[in-house]
Amino acid sequence: MTIAHHLDDATIIAYAAGTLGEAHGFAVATHLAYCDDCRGAVRQAENLGGSLLMQQEEKAVSNTCRSATLASLDAITSASPIKFRPSATSASGIPAVLCNLIGNQTLDDLKWKTKGPGLASFEIPLSSNNNTHLQLLRIGPGRKMPEHGHGGEELTVVLRGSYSDHTGRYGVGDVADLDVDIEHQPVVDSDCACICLIATEAPTRFKSFWARILQPIIGI
Amino acid sequence: MYVSVPYMTGNIGEVLPKIDVVLLQRVATNKDREAFAALFDMFAPRVKSFMMRKGATAEIAEDLVQETMITVWSKAALFMPERGGVSTWIFTIARNLRIDRLRREKTSLYTDIDDYDAESNDPAQDDAMSRLQEDGFVARALAQIPEEQRTLLLLSYVEDLPQSEIATRLQIPLGTVKSRMRLAYRRMRKLLETIS
Repeated sequence: MTIAHHLDDATIIAYAAGTLGEAHGFAVATHLAYCDDCRGAVRQAENLGGSLLMQQEEKAVSNTCRSATLASLDAITSASPIKFRPSATSASGIPAVLCNLIGNQTLDDLKWKTKGPGLASFEIPLSSNNNTHLQLLRIGPGRKMPEHGHGGEELTVVLRGSYSDHTGRYGVGDVADLDVDIEHQPVVDSDCACICLIATEAPTRFKSFWARILQPIIGI
Repeated sequence: MYVSVPYMTGNIGEVLPKIDVVLLQRVATNKDREAFAALFDMFAPRVKSFMMRKGATAEIAEDLVQETMITVWSKAALFMPERGGVSTWIFTIARNLRIDRLRREKTSLYTDIDDYDAESNDPAQDDAMSRLQEDGFVARALAQIPEEQRTLLLLSYVEDLPQSEIATRLQIPLGTVKSRMRLAYRRMRKLLETIS
């Protein structure tokens, strides 16, 4: 698959280091399922983590911990070598990491909530203690994407169809990882509805005036 | 099962298998306890330190050390040398545990994509990866980047601080944190290309 829009290097590092919020982490993982280049970049960034781990000062581990670990080995069943999945995408056509998250439903079987003409959303439940927000948006052909989460860190991954704005055309697997101050007004340009996965910060963290005004009205 | 062992090239051109890879493969194929104990002594004190940097007490850190090392034992056969070194693999296990236990957040955003790598069969990338397995390369490259960039990497990878919190702590704009991250990462990639 040809991917035109990739992750920012700063996002690659945050994912590899483990510091992204849950929603953004899942958006990155979804893009990685489509993108060999970014997956390679994450591996390189994880190598940095391995090296930084080895540069940590050593903290002596107690004999209790060491002997308890060694004593417990007999009871541990070893994992068999991975059987690789035939494809990065599940039977339902979306990445397995996302499919597992939405209870193995297909995009068409989800209980979409209508938000307006040609606009529906589906909230994806995350861990209760995290302050990020993950949702699917379905926008009809020719329609504008609504404002969402401006003022906070935002990631959008296209799962079906495509949209365009002045930064380019985004098709399946592409990610929009843009600076927060970039103004954009994406328009769906595919014949079918466009379905995107969108990670934003929790509403309380929105800073933009318009986001605060619009958020309770359109509920995204 | 992977039988290929990555090699590093010494100064005089001799080729030696990297010791931690050999130990891990002994664990994978023979359930070799001596090899495991050697890996424990090599990595456990670093993993403990890593956990305590996130605020774990010594006691909790040791529980997580135990869990990390038991995962190393049970998943040894899943280690793939062409993806990175043993230290990188153990870092990802420790990182995921830290997210799961200390932050109580989901880790399937890492574990559910691990299976994909094998599909892309890009030999050029595999080559670059196997050069990276030698930790010394990365350590030397890290020593060559500016202090302010190295600090950001440590705050991210070791202290587990999100970029927005790094900005608050260092009192610099988030955009500056991101651009320094990008610089650090590009610099590291470039250095690694020239070193290797």
